[in-house]
Amino acid sequence: MSKRIGMEVAVAVAEAAALCRLDMVAVYPITPNTHVAEHLSDIVANGRIDAEFLTVESEHSALSAVVGASGTGARTFTATSSQGLMYMAEVMPIASAMRLPIVMAIANRAIAGPLNIWNDHSDIMYQRDSGWISIFAENGQEMVDMTIQAFRIAEHRDVMLPVNVNMDGFQLTHVVEPLEMPEQSEVDKFLPAYIPYATLHPDKPVTMGAFAAPDTYNEVMKAKDTALVNSKKVVLEVWQEWEKMFGRKCEPVSSYRAEDAKVLLLTMGSMGETAEVAVDELRKQGKSVGMLKLKLWRPFPFVELKMAVKGAKVLAVMDRAVSFGGPGGPLGAEARSALYNEPDRPVVLDYIIGLGGRDMTVEDFIAIAEKAAKAEKKDMKESYEFYGVRGA
Amino acid sequence: MAEKKWPENWRDVNPGCIVFRPGSAREYHTGTWRALKPVWDNAKCIKCGICYIFCPEGCISADDDGYFAANLDYCKGCGICVHECWPRAIKLVAEG
Repeated sequence: MSKRIGMEVAVAVAEAAALCRLDMVAVYPITPNTHVAEHLSDIVANGRIDAEFLTVESEHSALSAVVGASGTGARTFTATSSQGLMYMAEVMPIASAMRLPIVMAIANRAIAGPLNIWNDHSDIMYQRDSGWISIFAENGQEMVDMTIQAFRIAEHRDVMLPVNVNMDGFQLTHVVEPLEMPEQSEVDKFLPAYIPYATLHPDKPVTMGAFAAPDTYNEVMKAKDTALVNSKKVVLEVWQEWEKMFGRKCEPVSSYRAEDAKVLLLTMGSMGETAEVAVDELRKQGKSVGMLKLKLWRPFPFVELKMAVKGAKVLAVMDRAVSFGGPGGPLGAEARSALYNEPDRPVVLDYIIGLGGRDMTVEDFIAIAEKAAKAEKKDMKESYEFYGVRGA
Repeated sequence: MAEKKWPENWRDVNPGCIVFRPGSAREYHTGTWRALKPVWDNAKCIKCGICYIFCPEGCISADDDGYFAANLDYCKGCGICVHECWPRAIKLVAEG
């Protein structure tokens, strides 16, 4: 039975990765992921795991090194944040195109400029179309669980794709939480040794990352998209198996007091737990408010979202990123796209909130839910709104 | 791992586009996207070989009689040979 311990979440992510019998790690430290890098480096230096910790000069090199190591058949891990992820951008779609089961923990942080080290989701949204599986943790326990699950998902022969697991910078990374850290024997049982599809070895030469001319590139992209769409089946299987083994449930869209709710809030990441308190408060006042929490960002759970909003009149989407000059926030755009063909779809309101570490309190979520309730049956004048912006 | 024919169908793409056989790049015909091809008029050609020297693809070679021609599997139709040929023996002709 796992022990319940108090641990900083970034440190716990390093501990969780270390339980996965890593072969190779390359991380370039950047706030707020620094403690993941530091602690993993300690774990390797102290000989607790038999892995190579490659010190690199940049994030571009970190991901490139991990791609190379993964190509040889190593189980690899990296982590980053914000500008670091921006610097990895060139290598991100290469990792997924090469179908390498790399796992990356991302401590989500706003991207510059202006320079800002605090949390929002603008870093990962830049990588939305990179072809990675993308998972959002709501709390430290989920982050620990999802980090371990990520290897199972990534390495599954029907998937073979890199996975990024997202945790809100500071709100999660720097918070000490009571956590159940699985035992090594349990993780070994859950996560068998990695058997690569192909490896770089001089005795059996293969080409990875080959050139594709216009006559083949389209077919390759179709194959990549299909792989990502089909990976959802494996994600669900792995999550069900985890629940059976560890008793903790993971769902692509989890709901909280959503039964018969007229107004639903939709959140991603750590704000879900704050919004839950707001929902409790509003339910106490007899208001018909519930919430949905999106955990699986890519592949996007279209069916699950459609099912989850059934019966609701308003879906108020909390977006922690902006698509400038576009439809508002990326989550709002996806929700609208998912529901567009549904005959009884709710009105979708898109609220841009909590950018660059701006706190979102229980009162804020109450205010949004009350505002959203009034918007029933008529759409917003604008397709989105910067909630709480001064001068609005 | 069974070698598949390069994809007739997207389902035939090997995961990660992996090629399980060394030396396959040799089979890539890099001239497939050419729009114009060089055609030599041997009546004007003085066999100086400047086209052969300047071709950035190195795909021009001399035949047994000393006249030149481009290997169209690799010629990209850039026209440098046409530009350099002072007897004006080479013309670019649209691909059919």
